[in-house]
Order: sequence, then C-alpha cells, then structure tokens
Amino acid sequence: MSTATIAKPQAKQPGRGGRRMSLPVLLLVIAGVLVLTSIVRLITGADGITSVGQMSTALQLAVPIGLAGLGGLWAERAGVVNIGLEGMMILGTWFGAWAGYQWGPWVGIAFGIIGGALGAVLHAVATVTFNVNHIVSGVALNILALGVTRYLSKFTFADAPQGSTKQSPPIDSLGEFSIPGLSDWLNTLNGKHWFLVSDIAGLLGGLVTDLSPLTVIAVALVPLTWWVLWRTAFGLRLRSCGENPVAAESLGVNVYKYKYIAVIISGGFAGLGGAFLSIVASNVYLDGQTAGRGYIGLAAMIFGNWMPGGLALGAGLFGYTDSLNLRGGTTNVHALILLVAILLVFGAGYLAWRKKYVPAVVTVVVAALMFLWYTSTNEVPRQLVTATPYLVTLLVLSLSAQKLRMPKADGLPYRKGQGK
Amino acid sequence: MKKFDKERVLVAVAGPVIAIVLAIVLTSVVLLASGKNPIEPYVLMLQQLPYSDIQVLIINQASLYYIAAIAVALGFRMNLFNIGVDGQYRLAAVMTAVVGAHVALPGVLQIPLLLIVAMATGAFWAGIAGVLKVTRGVSEVVATIMLNSIATAVIGYVTLTDVWGVQVGDNVTTGVMKKSGWFPGINLGSDVGEIYGLVFLAVVLGIGYWVVLNRTRFGFDLRATGASETAAAASGVDAKRMVLVSMLISGAIAGLAGLPLLLGDTHTYSLSFPAGLGFTAIGIALLGRNNPGGIALAALLWAFLDKASPALDYATPVAYDKEIATIMQGLIVFAVVISYEAVRQWGLRRQQKRVGAELAAAAAQNTKKEVAA
Repeated sequence: MSTATIAKPQAKQPGRGGRRMSLPVLLLVIAGVLVLTSIVRLITGADGITSVGQMSTALQLAVPIGLAGLGGLWAERAGVVNIGLEGMMILGTWFGAWAGYQWGPWVGIAFGIIGGALGAVLHAVATVTFNVNHIVSGVALNILALGVTRYLSKFTFADAPQGSTKQSPPIDSLGEFSIPGLSDWLNTLNGKHWFLVSDIAGLLGGLVTDLSPLTVIAVALVPLTWWVLWRTAFGLRLRSCGENPVAAESLGVNVYKYKYIAVIISGGFAGLGGAFLSIVASNVYLDGQTAGRGYIGLAAMIFGNWMPGGLALGAGLFGYTDSLNLRGGTTNVHALILLVAILLVFGAGYLAWRKKYVPAVVTVVVAALMFLWYTSTNEVPRQLVTATPYLVTLLVLSLSAQKLRMPKADGLPYRKGQGK
Repeated sequence: MKKFDKERVLVAVAGPVIAIVLAIVLTSVVLLASGKNPIEPYVLMLQQLPYSDIQVLIINQASLYYIAAIAVALGFRMNLFNIGVDGQYRLAAVMTAVVGAHVALPGVLQIPLLLIVAMATGAFWAGIAGVLKVTRGVSEVVATIMLNSIATAVIGYVTLTDVWGVQVGDNVTTGVMKKSGWFPGINLGSDVGEIYGLVFLAVVLGIGYWVVLNRTRFGFDLRATGASETAAAASGVDAKRMVLVSMLISGAIAGLAGLPLLLGDTHTYSLSFPAGLGFTAIGIALLGRNNPGGIALAALLWAFLDKASPALDYATPVAYDKEIATIMQGLIVFAVVISYEAVRQWGLRRQQKRVGAELAAAAAQNTKKEVAA
C-alpha cells in the first residue's frame, strides 16, 4: 500500500516498464540457477544444499508461509492490505491445537480456519465498514490475537494433561506418506551426487517424500486460487474491487460484500497456515509459534508480484533458506555465498550489457567481496543463517520492487457512492 | 485562533472516551464469558495506584513507551509506517551498551557519546529502510519488518561470548557499562525505588516533537506531505527527501527509547531486555492521536495496565489472570481506531449539516430581501 505513496513503480516509461518475464525466459532462469547450484555443490562438496531431506524440510517450512501469502493475496486483490495475517495465524495455531487435541487433527484444521476467519471479520469490520487505516487495524489485530491466545491458554491448556500455559497437549498426527517407488528411486539418484541429475532428483524427491495430506492440499490451493480469481466471474468482480471499486460499483458489484468475503477467506488461509504449524509442523501449540511467518508470507506475496505463482516461488525460497537453519546451516550457507557471488557476476554482466556501468562496477565489487569472504572462512556464524531469509527478502525486493504492480486501489479507503 | 471551538473539542474528546469505555465493556464481557467477576479486576488494579513504588514503576515504564511512541508518531504524521521501531531500539540499546562497556570517558563526555551512539544506530537501521524506499521503491512496512528480524540476528551475533558478550549465569549480557555512563536517577528511598534520570529526556523529546512539527518549516512540510502528497509536491516539497529525513529522525528517536532503562537501571544489555516495545508503541501513538500530550496520557495508561496487572495473579480470595490486561490493551487499540474514525465521520457530517443550514438560512434571507425590494 505504502509503496505507491512515493515511488510509483510503473510511473515512468510505460512502454518499456511493461515488460514481463515470459514463461520460457523464467524456466531458462530457473534452469540456469539449478545448473549453477549444481556446480557450486560440486566445488564446495556441500551435498546438503540439494539433498532430498533438505528439499522436504524446505517444502514443509514453505507451506505456512505460502498459505499466509495466499491469504494476503486474497485480501489485497480485493483492495484490503492485510498486515494482520500474523494475528490471524496466531489464532489459527491456537484454535487448531485446542480443537485438535480434543477431537482429532482434522477438526483442529477446521477450527484453525475458523479462528483465522474470526480475526479477519474484525479486520474487515474495521477496514471496510469503518474505513480505518488498514495497517493500523492489522497491527491492532496482531496485538489482540497475542493477548487473546495467551489468556485462553491459561483456561484451557493449563489444566489439561501434558499442557501448560504456554503449550497445548499433543495432537494426533495426520500421518505422512511418500509416493511409493518414485520417492525411493529419486532418493537413490540424489545419493549418487551426479552433476545436475542428482540436484533435480533432490528437488523432485523433496516434493514426493514424507508428505502430509495437508501439504498436498496447501500446494493444490495455489492453482485453485489462481483459477478462482482469474477464471471465474466471482474472481473478476473480487479483483475489480481492488483495482477500481468505483467502476465495479457502477457495474452493480456490491464492493463491501466482496471485500468482506475476500478478507474472511484471507483469514481462513492464514488460520489454515497457523493450524499447519501447530498440527503438522509440530504436534503442539506453543506460545510464539508463528515467529513472524505472517509477515514473511506478506513479503512472499509482494515478492511474487501479487500473483499465486510468484507467491509460491517466494514461499519456496523462504522455506528453503529457512530449512538451511535446521540442517547443517553453517556450512551450507557458506556454500551459498559462492553461489551468490557467481550470480552477482552474471548480474553485473547483464547490467554492463544494458549500459549501466556504475551499478555494474558496484555489483562486481560486491561479488569480489563475497568471493573473498567465501575463500577466507570455512563457516558462517549461526546468526547469519537465521537472518538469511530476511536478507534475501530485502535483497530481492530491492532488486524487483520497481517492476512490481500492486492492485491499483490497494489500501485506499472506499465509501459507497464516492464516485458520484 | 478565533474562539474556543466547542465542536472540535467535542469531537477530540469523544473518540478516546468512547474507545476506553468500549474497551472496558468488551473486557468485562470476556471476563464474564470466562466465568469471572467482570468488575473486580479493575478495582484491584486501581487499588495498586496509590502505592508509590508502583507509581515509580509506571513512570519509568511510561518513559520508554513515550519515546518509542514519539518515534512512531513522527512517521505516522506523514503516512510513513515505521514498524521497525522495535529493531531500531533494541539494536541501538545493544550498541550503546557495548560502547558503554568498552569506552571510559568522563561523565560529561560519556553520556553525550552514548546518546549519539544510540541515535546513530537507530537512524542507521531506519535509514536502510528509508534508502530502499526512496531509491528502490520498497515498501517501508515490509523493509522495517525484515530489519526487525535481522536486528535480532545481529544482536545474537554481537552478544556471542567471542564477540562482545559476557556470560552471567544463564543470561548473556554485554558486560557492565563503565560507571561514568550511568545516568543518576531521583532516589525516593529504598522501599520506593528510583525514577530514571532520563525520564526528562522523554519530556524534552515530547516538547521538541511539538515545536518541530508545529513551529518549523520542516514540520509543516511533514504534515503537508501526510495530509496530501500531491498538494505538498505542488508547493515544492521534495517527497523523497522528506521520507528519508523523517525515517532517519524517527530511527534516531527510536534509538533513544531503551536508554532510560539501560543508563538508569540495568547498565547492561541482556536477554531480559524488553522486546516488542516498538509494537506497543504503535498502539500508544494511535491512542494518543500522534499528539505529544495525548501520547503521554496513553503511555501512562499502558504502563499502568502493565505494572498494576501482576497483582491480579496474587489477588485474594480470587486470583485473576494478568493476561486480561493484554487483552484490554489490544481491545483499546481496536476500539480507539474504530471510534476515532466513526467520530471523525460523525463530526464531518455534523459540520456539513451546520454549514448547509447556515447557507440555507443565508439564501432564505437573500430571497426575502429580493421579495421586499
């Protein structure tokens, strides 16, 4: 929302600024990164960076971020900025665990969705009905959700067996499955450490090994969201509320209604993400379990240019950098420094080709420094690993923010009949 | 100023009053729903107020809240959302603690040095978001949120024992600061406690905030940009420069937020240093309507809820959960934002009606005159 206040991303040179990455180019870039990663892996011997286990962990960490991001997408496509995703996720973790330990994980998931949606109703009342600033309302929701869940935990979990004021009793698992045959075969292939082949096997293997049913549902929600928002009349009307509510109103769309629906669905997604955290990712609710994932989801959505596919890519990236934290992070991130240095050299080449010489030189210098850092050390401090997802977000946003286009009326107040 | 405008005062007072009443009613509903007495917790908390040791705690805590909320409010006045006050304040506190532990100058120089370190660190951290916004168009909301998390990691690194950290029992600290950097407080006796000396810094910042915003060109430009960016640009305000400068100032103030506690009491940064202050400050700035006096009242209210609520846990014969205060704080923020908006719209409608009535009366008089003539 506030991006638009100062730097209008597409304000200059409408002809050239409108370029979009076509699918073949995108695939080529992804393939190129994969090849480079493979080379880096061979040079450094850090086989962990593309192992099946790593990818599987990355997927599991990406799911809640992606669900939060989808939540953000629904709300912002209807023109409501949702920084309260974090609070809705917190409600999702609590409600999911509360219902989950009593009536089983599936009921827990349903309650997680309801919990998130309840928070969203509050956000919708404040932003749509009362026209409160969206960020302000979201921040208030985050404060409130934290207080409510802590208070409720004292009543419910504190007296329950194996529970405490900060932790719920354990919840039954949803179960896990691997796709038979394929998973083992890809795992063996990955174990050979061949150039490129093993890396692709690792990537695909992570997608078919130790899956939770909820992970599959979450992944399926990405194309489903795209289909609903871009291929149905409902979706068109919803998006029109985010682009130009006055025009939508003149065509008979009930803008308030669509905004309410969008924000409530958004809360449902965030709540589902929260329930995933407390039911699948661990098997208890913990105080502070979301750890800012709602915010990261929002960043993933912006990174993905308010599109489901880009959002999934962003969530995957965050999930991956996050997974480095859990599995041999210090050496793997060290290997990735080399990857970043190489990528920067390519970036510098591209800049020079576009005749932007000063940025190109700066990029080369940064690349050289990274390379120097790589060669002079063997490991990176643990804290750098922790900070990696956030650093990557900042880096990516600073490189791509100019090309992003958010819904035109995102975050703006709307009153019925204001266009008359 | 023409005359005392009753309408404006009514609108200004109605908002907070409705908000607090609404929050109290809602909190009582929560208490009732959980099978508790809906009135007694307030009585118990208010009974804490006459104790002078509680009063000292409230004032000390409010000074931290106040400085952080001023930092937030400055950005709010020009629609700039500095969500990163939390990271800026913690990072600044760590850096100040480290400098304070390793540099020993005489007190006259040491204290200004520490203040400058805190402000520079805060401004630097906020400045990253400012530069990214101005040059690359990155939303300051997302950038400052990321910087909060990065600050946590940086603090984790700085407090490693082989960097600047000192292990004290289970706690990791930055080592005790040199005595010359301790800021003397007002001692009110051993059983009452000490008011931080830097409480006055909060007062000075509040006055400075008011003067800069209402009596300088910069303040005018800032408010103009907040009210209408296009209008401000048309009158020659450089929006980019305004964003960067206000982000830097906001960060510098945020950097000072932890100092009353650091220089007045703990003299070291440790894991137990309060986190989340920056987010609380957002609520306080909203409650105080970005006005220095209002923020002071809001900060005191917040500190009161913080410091009086622990007594609920030990109340006899029935104990209450102190988390009810947190719920109340969240409800207050919500009630505040909604009631302010509703009251503002109500005031606008009243104004429109009044102006409409005056115009109609004037028009009626004109036609009468025409008829007479």
